[in-house]
Amino acid sequence: MTISQTRNVGLPLMKLVRWKGVPILQQLHLEEQLLRTSSENWCIINDGTNDPTIVMGISGKPAQLLKLDSVLNDRIPVIRRYTGGGTVVVDCGTVFVTFICNKDAVPGLQPYPQPIMSWSSLLYALVFRGFGDFSLRENDYVFGNHKFGGNAQSITKNRWIHHTSFLWDYEARNMAYLKLPARAPEYRVARDHLEFICRMKDYMPRSVFVDRTIKAVETYFSVRPVQLEAMETNLNSKFSHSTKLLTEQELEAAAFESHFEKGDSRFVNVINESALSGQEK
Amino acid sequence: MALRMWASSTANALRVSCASKAHVSPAFSLSRCFSSVLDGLKYATSHEWVKHEGSVATIGITDHAQDHLGEVVFVELPEPGGSVSKGNGFGAVESVKATSDVNSPISGEVVEVNSKLSEAPGLINSSPYEDGWMIKVKPSNPSELESLMGPKEYTKFCEEEDAAH
Repeated sequence: MTISQTRNVGLPLMKLVRWKGVPILQQLHLEEQLLRTSSENWCIINDGTNDPTIVMGISGKPAQLLKLDSVLNDRIPVIRRYTGGGTVVVDCGTVFVTFICNKDAVPGLQPYPQPIMSWSSLLYALVFRGFGDFSLRENDYVFGNHKFGGNAQSITKNRWIHHTSFLWDYEARNMAYLKLPARAPEYRVARDHLEFICRMKDYMPRSVFVDRTIKAVETYFSVRPVQLEAMETNLNSKFSHSTKLLTEQELEAAAFESHFEKGDSRFVNVINESALSGQEK
Repeated sequence: MALRMWASSTANALRVSCASKAHVSPAFSLSRCFSSVLDGLKYATSHEWVKHEGSVATIGITDHAQDHLGEVVFVELPEPGGSVSKGNGFGAVESVKATSDVNSPISGEVVEVNSKLSEAPGLINSSPYEDGWMIKVKPSNPSELESLMGPKEYTKFCEEEDAAH
């Protein structure tokens, strides 16, 4: 037996899916389906997604979180995902890493949000050792006090998922679609997006990050790469996803409601004029 | 030893449980020790409680569960008129970064949901057994209640679960 084979004896199996540029909606749909219908452990690494997309958490309200006029004008897709947490803008500069595990997969780990978050920080501490002042700060991955990785989770009776969007690079103009959230970590200290986040590419090469992540996963699991085509044929096409792409109508309705509630005079005048013209008839 | 015995007897009087954390890795351990467990309720291994009164059973999540989940910021509940089945999910709670399924301990028809939770999800944290109730169900098979845990059994279950991690 080789040294690596010896090390893997006794470790639970984890199937590894490696993608590049897969649409984030497709990734989220696959994750949700694996969480709910598979009994195996999975790691999905999607190295960048194709188009800029806004992804909100399960309870995200577009009017509160997004600058909807710009989002609608620029036709940016908006997704509400199945996990908790905040809002991100993702694109080809985002690297996604997802763990889907049975609740007993990691010995000694309780399937609750904080223990899972802590375990993930131990794994990524291995990844970033020697590359920057990495830590888990509240629920974010940071270098110093600048966020570069956002986390979210979903926990079922017997399984859990922990997924991260890593900002290897980003477009400053895309961050302008997001409002300052009402609920923010304390260490953010009301900084706007560009002062709060940082780029991973300033700390380590992209391929090094992916390779080191896989190596770190191998300390907990026996990793087996699998091909996407083989997986697609095994998936249940009748599965009902809760992750949804919001329609243009839904976003327009949210924008309208937002303006109306703020008493935006342009909208109030339009409504009043419509009401008056109806009365005159 | 004396202090520990005092704490244990006080805990019993207050109907609280205390889990041993001696063997837990610091990276994974939870700092909280005491969670309340009430008499008169039945408990599921997935940390939901059920209170059966006449033809209606009220369901929520336990103090142990809310404590481990953290601050609840959003609650997803079914519509009245729908059905729930034993051991299966009927809704979810969001706590900071995580959504967590809530499972029904029994089967039946949902007759009422706690509408206060949409505006005040934190009731689940502050009052998990009273104001934080989630759904009321008309049980379709009341014998399912017999397979659930009583307070002492659930207390021991929580202690063992926390000690094992």
